[in-house]
Amino acid sequence: MLGLNKKDTSLLIVVALLTMLAPFILNPFPEGSAMAQFNAGYPDLMQRFVIFGIFAIGFNILFGLTGYLSFGHAAFLGVGSYSAVWMFKLLSYNVVPAIALSVVVAGLFSLLIGFVSLRRSGIYFSILTLAFAQMSFALAYSVLSNPKFNLTNGETGLQVYADDPQILQGANAPDLPHLFGLPMRSTYTMDLGAWSFDFNAGYYLCAVVLMVVFYLAIRIFRSPFGMMLRAVKSNQQRMNYTGLNSKPYMLAAFVISGMYAGLAGGLMAAMDPLAGAERMQWTASGEVVLMTILGGTGTLIGPVLGAGFIKYFENIFSKINDNVLHSWFSFLPDGLEDAVVFVIHPFIGKGWHLTLGILFMLVVIYLPGGLVEGGQRLRGWFRRKKKGADDAPSGKTEPAE
Amino acid sequence: MDAILLQILNGLDKGSAYALIALGLTLIFGTLGVVNFAHGALFMIGAFCAVSVQKLLNLSFVTLDETQKDFLGNPLKVETPYVQSWFGPEVGATIIDWSVPLAILFAIPIMLMVGYVMERGLIKHFYKRPHADQILVTFGLAIVMQEVVKYFFGANPIQTPPPEALSGSVDLGIMIGFDTNAIIYPIWRLVYFAFAVGIIGAVFSFLQFTTFGMVVRAGMADRETVGLLGINIDRRFTIMFGIAAAVAGLAGVMYGPLNPPNYHMGMDFLVLSFVVVVVGGMGSLPGAVLAGFLLGILESFASTTWATTTIPGINQIIIYLVAIIVLLTRPRGLMGRKGVMEE
Repeated sequence: MLGLNKKDTSLLIVVALLTMLAPFILNPFPEGSAMAQFNAGYPDLMQRFVIFGIFAIGFNILFGLTGYLSFGHAAFLGVGSYSAVWMFKLLSYNVVPAIALSVVVAGLFSLLIGFVSLRRSGIYFSILTLAFAQMSFALAYSVLSNPKFNLTNGETGLQVYADDPQILQGANAPDLPHLFGLPMRSTYTMDLGAWSFDFNAGYYLCAVVLMVVFYLAIRIFRSPFGMMLRAVKSNQQRMNYTGLNSKPYMLAAFVISGMYAGLAGGLMAAMDPLAGAERMQWTASGEVVLMTILGGTGTLIGPVLGAGFIKYFENIFSKINDNVLHSWFSFLPDGLEDAVVFVIHPFIGKGWHLTLGILFMLVVIYLPGGLVEGGQRLRGWFRRKKKGADDAPSGKTEPAE
Repeated sequence: MDAILLQILNGLDKGSAYALIALGLTLIFGTLGVVNFAHGALFMIGAFCAVSVQKLLNLSFVTLDETQKDFLGNPLKVETPYVQSWFGPEVGATIIDWSVPLAILFAIPIMLMVGYVMERGLIKHFYKRPHADQILVTFGLAIVMQEVVKYFFGANPIQTPPPEALSGSVDLGIMIGFDTNAIIYPIWRLVYFAFAVGIIGAVFSFLQFTTFGMVVRAGMADRETVGLLGINIDRRFTIMFGIAAAVAGLAGVMYGPLNPPNYHMGMDFLVLSFVVVVVGGMGSLPGAVLAGFLLGILESFASTTWATTTIPGINQIIIYLVAIIVLLTRPRGLMGRKGVMEE
């Protein structure tokens, strides 16, 4: 279907089902029950899952395929957000031109940065992209918000004000981001017995975009272009010796992943018409790296899984506080209960970043292939148990030198 | 002329910090071939060593002074630091006053130990892994270190004042024949610069003039051959990692009085220090020091009113701009050698 083989088609269908049915899947616990705090089916969080999924898919096209670790991808996300909000300010609250512009601007911006950064590889490349991102952050935060030329509105963040031109804004159009009149915030709540499910217009827009870009990613992975990028990862030198110039391929991959990031930024602004410089900080770049490696670098589904995993646990961990912990461990004897709560306390609530850092290290140390590899290992382990230990795979195949 | 001199002097303190961190980074690149993204966190831990020493010295007990009354008429609570009761009020006060320089003594063993544990416990397992993995795992470690410090010390900057005798400013202009008040310079910045020069000199002479340093240099050139000669090069490299950590830590200890330490100061410096290393030339120790001072001074020139009115915000981006230009014209950096970290 659509030029995909059977396996990829089923993968695409699985992703489509997951995103379309997410309001059901993410709300497995009835409203008001003790487990309801683990529900993730509210619009704001679902939008974040999908948007960061798009961001991570794009990052994976660069890092997963070519092995070039960019530490500055958040800059493209931020640029995308800023351009989308500018579109809201100048034209109208319709999200289509805003998202289109954010993709284009992020693409141009990444072309510029990629052109310079890709002159070097390895750690030089990582450091260069990091430096560029920090530079953009510094620019957005202070320089470009001077009164004469206020492009980013500095610390406050860029937002739409009542005296903005909005030349195409119709008289009846809603006064918040909308898709041809359908406001992004409109939510239809379906009550089924004790359960309630939210269907949010903004979420479904993001979900449709996610499916489209996921399809594109599959096509890129399976195309000759994707093969070229993999060749860069496995041995760039040999590729150059055979007379191929890898630069244009690298630059194309960089720009594509930058455009994905811009798209994510545009969608973020479309969900909430506000853009701040903190989206460009190096921590945000680090987060997308973590999502990608946690899910599985170089796999198709991995980045989406990683993004969902991190955003879900960020949300859950930030919500838990000492009282919740006490209620969980109330079955333990009193002294032990306090001790357990005391031990866990630094990792929850505001301590989410600590948990994230530890998770980061554990994944890099023990599971470099991420969740996808973990799943494969588990499956292999079960299979071997069934078949008996004698027909274990005979090691990796090494390329001939 | 005096304005130019003033800007050069102003750049020296930041330049010293850049140079010290970049020196440590380069030591680690050169010996272990590892990219240490946690180096900024080591700088930060050094600064918090000074904070802890200050807090420890200020530990005090409360006594009630019946002779004085507070505004409610109750006996006044007087806090006496333990040091003052042990060594007498004057000596005690002096010790508290000199807490930052004293913290150096405290920081050296701590930083050596942190470096040793970090290398043996984590970095050792990453020699053979790709650079991307090294970057990622040390990045994770940096987040963990930051958050741990934040958990114990809070998110706000903590003041660590310099000793009374070394605070305040000195008029350098008179000494070298300019008008009075032409060049007023804070003393602690001079101290910091002298300290940095001392440390850099010590590291270089350690590498140049001791047998240990000679072996380490040989190992940097060809690790395998040195290993084949029956020398335990791994152990020496571990010690070098500890030394690099100590250099970063000491840079942090002394930086406190210039800028109150907070938990994310390390990362702000790390990005710039990486840029410094790249500009200086990966793996070149003199390059790192030179580029550190150069970029610090450039930054201070870009912060003058003249520069910021001509090109708004140039002070925020000058270092990155220079780095880009250097990388495009001299891809190996100012003093980089062929074949070092080319990958």
